[in-house]
Amino acid sequence: MTVRERVAVGEQEMYEVRWHGRGGQGAVTSAKILADAGFRSGFAGVTSAPTFGAERRGAPITASTRLSHRPIRVLSQVTTPNLVVVLDETLLGGDDITAGLKPGAVVIVNTARPAAELAIDAAALPAGARVVTADVTGAALAADLIVGGAPMVNTAMLGAVAAATGLIGMESLEAAIGQAFAPAAAKKNFAAAVMAGGCTSG
Amino acid sequence: MATVAPILAVTGNEAVAEAMRQINPDVVAAYPITPQTEIVQIFAQYVADGKVDTEFITVESEHSAMSAVIGSAAGGARTMTATSSQGLALMWELLHVASGYRLPIVMANVNRALSGPINIHCDHSDSMGCRDTGWIQIYGEAHQEAYDNHLMAVRIAEHPEVRTPVMTMTDGFIVSGAIGPLQELETEQVQEFIGPFTAINPLLDSAHPVTVGPFDGLHGWFFEHKAAQQQAMDRALEVVDDVAREYAELSGRRYDLLDPYRMDDAEIAIVVVGSTAGATRMVVDKLRSQGVKAGMIRVRLFRPFPHAEYAKLLGRCRVVGVLDRAESFGAQGGPLFLEVRTALYDCDPRPKVLPFIYGLGGRDIFPDNIEEAFAALRKAASAKKVDTRRRYLNLRKDEV
Repeated sequence: MTVRERVAVGEQEMYEVRWHGRGGQGAVTSAKILADAGFRSGFAGVTSAPTFGAERRGAPITASTRLSHRPIRVLSQVTTPNLVVVLDETLLGGDDITAGLKPGAVVIVNTARPAAELAIDAAALPAGARVVTADVTGAALAADLIVGGAPMVNTAMLGAVAAATGLIGMESLEAAIGQAFAPAAAKKNFAAAVMAGGCTSG
Repeated sequence: MATVAPILAVTGNEAVAEAMRQINPDVVAAYPITPQTEIVQIFAQYVADGKVDTEFITVESEHSAMSAVIGSAAGGARTMTATSSQGLALMWELLHVASGYRLPIVMANVNRALSGPINIHCDHSDSMGCRDTGWIQIYGEAHQEAYDNHLMAVRIAEHPEVRTPVMTMTDGFIVSGAIGPLQELETEQVQEFIGPFTAINPLLDSAHPVTVGPFDGLHGWFFEHKAAQQQAMDRALEVVDDVAREYAELSGRRYDLLDPYRMDDAEIAIVVVGSTAGATRMVVDKLRSQGVKAGMIRVRLFRPFPHAEYAKLLGRCRVVGVLDRAESFGAQGGPLFLEVRTALYDCDPRPKVLPFIYGLGGRDIFPDNIEEAFAALRKAASAKKVDTRRRYLNLRKDEV
């Protein structure tokens, strides 16, 4: 059964995502594309909220996304995630990545290293939780998805999210990326997402 | 006739800007820098891209924005602006001028805290502070309502029985900066709904010269103008409902003057404004499943305040909790508390009403905090003597 099918019975089964990234990585853009792809994948309720503050480039930021088959009513920040997405593995030492994880939760980390080598305390993971890795930066570089000299991992990461969870379909993701970017940029972004999905393991 | 539109994923700011695009106002004057929100940035892009015909005026302050908007509306143009937080505060003295001249301006306000300490996050201090400036105030819950309210606001402001400026409120960041679902109408439907703008005694009609803004002192009609403004507020209650009914036929979404939830046999109830209503409904459902007769009312129209509706729905409750996301320092509670308790004074028997303060400066509010409030209401329902001082939700205990 895919996650899409399991997120079926209302609020208790609401699927909650917490993003960990850095200012300038485009977490807001990717949250928006995920929401759009979620609607296209058949969810009735999708909300996504960054935590705003002094938005310095490079500062650690978090964002919250919720998906449900019913309209979503709670708008507070996600504190008990089903899925944690880490856009930058150097955040693993600082932010409390595993805080509040639900049983069976998935943690996706953008890294070229295997999960066993990451600074995640396996003992802190709840029952059934797993750590998934994807070299999203590598995928962005391979797709020549470089903005201002840095590889853009935000949309590429959505390919890894789709591969690891089945939350959104790749066809929905392609359509949502197509909505967010001009055709040439959309093509590159989706290519990177496909590659990131392909190298998702764990 | 309801239409089925695709669900779009938009920010609250985009939802309001979309409504403004479809309204295509004659003039928008706005301050383009912080604390302004993305609404104006997005709208400026529409202007630059030729998607609207609007004359867009960027001004040097929010004080000037409201001044320009007043001049434009008095000149005879359908006029809008948007603001937030300190920006609304800087407009303050002109807000009275806009309403006193009965100019049908529509303004989007994104609710954010007022400094200090410096804070940019959501609370309702800005618009609650200007509740006595003579503007109609409509508060939305989420993205769809940010859009819908803005369209209805045009009809309400311009209605000949009302002719009063309207501000529509959206929770800062929690809705304005967050992504949520929106179903739009077709632009043609919007245009048909709002209709063409009818200017009344416009300054630019040189064949029928008028004066706007002369001195109106001891021997003038200032007092009568103020009484007339209040009469327009009274009439607005019916007009808001009529416009909402018409909008429901178009959109399939019916908005009442207030938004009750499971109030039919409620013994305890919470009154709340804005985005916190969603989590409150969750808690009401949870309590109901445990056999507790809990309910909720979400505020939509705050000025004019439909006090009779509140008395009707809350009069049967034993205890009512009012959640304010703004302070009225030195008063018995926040602005909404004062309003609700006043509305219930003539009820017999009279419910107990307790003030709660939450979410100032964007402090997050979780379902647990709302359960805590309901627990206080349940306790008060069976207590002989009730402490009616403010209760704070999610206040840091270690710092106070």
